[in-house]
Amino acid sequence: MNQLWEAVLWCLDPARWTGPSGIAARLLEHLGYTLLAVLIAAAIAVPIGWWVGHTGKGRGAAVAVSGAARALPTLGVLTLAALLLGIGLVAPMTAFVILAIPSILAAAYAGFEAVDRRVIDAARAQGYTGAQVLWQIEVPLGLPVLVGGLRSAALQVVATATLAAYVGAGGLGRYLFLGLKTQDYAMMLGSSLLVVVLALVLDGAFALAGRAAVPRGVTVARRGVTA
Amino acid sequence: MKNPTRRSALALAAVAALTLTGCGSSDPLGGGDTASGSPSGTGGMGGSGGAEPLVIGSQQYYSNEIISELYAQALEAEGYTVQREYQIGQREVYLPEVESGAIDVMPEYSGNLLQYYDAEATATSPTDIHAALAEVLPEGLRPLESAEATDQDSYNVTRQFAEDHSLTSLADLKSVDEPLKVAANSEFETRPYGPEGLKKAYGVDVTVVPVEDSGGPLTVKALVDGDVQLADIYSADPSIETKDLVTLEDPENLILPQNVTPIVSDAVDEAAAAVIEGVNAKLTAEELIGLNRQSVEEQASSADIAKEWLAGQGLS
Repeated sequence: MNQLWEAVLWCLDPARWTGPSGIAARLLEHLGYTLLAVLIAAAIAVPIGWWVGHTGKGRGAAVAVSGAARALPTLGVLTLAALLLGIGLVAPMTAFVILAIPSILAAAYAGFEAVDRRVIDAARAQGYTGAQVLWQIEVPLGLPVLVGGLRSAALQVVATATLAAYVGAGGLGRYLFLGLKTQDYAMMLGSSLLVVVLALVLDGAFALAGRAAVPRGVTVARRGVTA
Repeated sequence: MKNPTRRSALALAAVAALTLTGCGSSDPLGGGDTASGSPSGTGGMGGSGGAEPLVIGSQQYYSNEIISELYAQALEAEGYTVQREYQIGQREVYLPEVESGAIDVMPEYSGNLLQYYDAEATATSPTDIHAALAEVLPEGLRPLESAEATDQDSYNVTRQFAEDHSLTSLADLKSVDEPLKVAANSEFETRPYGPEGLKKAYGVDVTVVPVEDSGGPLTVKALVDGDVQLADIYSADPSIETKDLVTLEDPENLILPQNVTPIVSDAVDEAAAAVIEGVNAKLTAEELIGLNRQSVEEQASSADIAKEWLAGQGLS
């Protein structure tokens, strides 16, 4: 309990928040790494997931690849990447993107699969082209599921981004490693608390985004059913 | 297609784990039953009763584990029972265990250990450090004779960088007019020979780029790639030679000599101490680098490396 209190005090000390290696700077780096990793992963996984969901092709491969990628230990990927690419941000970013892809990929095609087939059939019967079905029906109706995937990807990455410090990049992991190696448990636990807080804030933001992503028609229909 | 393979792999792993636990638990049990007879029976020199095994620890550092294994096998060859507790973090983690008596033998590095107990220590020669160490060690612990081999932090640059700026010693860094970054573990920042010490002794400013593999391949790569200009690499690391790095001299003795020095508890009697010191007597700087090379380049296990070396030295 005492250590927890010391960790809280460590976090709250205003002198630690400023400067180029202060908590504020590390917190922003950590958040930046997380968002960048999720963004890159989304840029890769969303088009592929949509294509799989829209055409129904390559589903087996997508499941296999995302399943295998989930099993990769991030520290191993990071070390291997760093041995090839050198220290800095590129290696950890590669590892984080690989970490984030499976959830996003799965959510992208699962979102499409969750769309009621009758809606799509009805649209086709009315003369919707493939592109119109994609953009006006599948994408908006699959969006809440996709946001859910982004949410879990972001949570995984924000918790793992501490590893960036293993190879000379910044983020809250800097405190974690320094605290670990010098037995400064207040620093170690304090930085962990900051990661937890950051994760909760991100999760809350994605929860709000997920609610906003539900198309108006669907919300109305849902209300109609429940009311 | 994927699933059955994975499942059978899992099953295999489970079986292996079960078998291993089986072996693991039967061993100490068997040892426990026959312990009173067996060690004293085989060990003519096991003077200290023999029932309690000597616990040998090691740092979370492959080279340290090899040294521990040398002691372990040498002691076993003389009939002692040993228990291996390897890879226990850094000094802040394992020293409390040594002080509490949970570990009986710990290979240490003289200078850093002295600074750990006495940050103001003034000794700089290996003999003075050993004498000072005997003074500062807590009750119940004593240092055995040091080996000639040292393994110390050292500031390294690439051959190219050394030639470009005509560097041979840390003092020469003052004339380098580009910002200097040093790749090292994050705790390097807080060590007496870290940036602050360098500033005090040589008036050189450096910033630390933390790379957490203790001077391993990532640190070496950062240096070779030019991401950093300096790297903290242990002097017994074979990569200094293989990557053609230049270790900067340290005329001000910023970094204390780190002779391999075992710290032992009272459970280690004179006869056991003599066995360990016998190993140390043969452990020269070149021998230690050679041992490390087998681990780094041939991925040999510490047990195999130790076995071969002890046989070669006539100690097994």
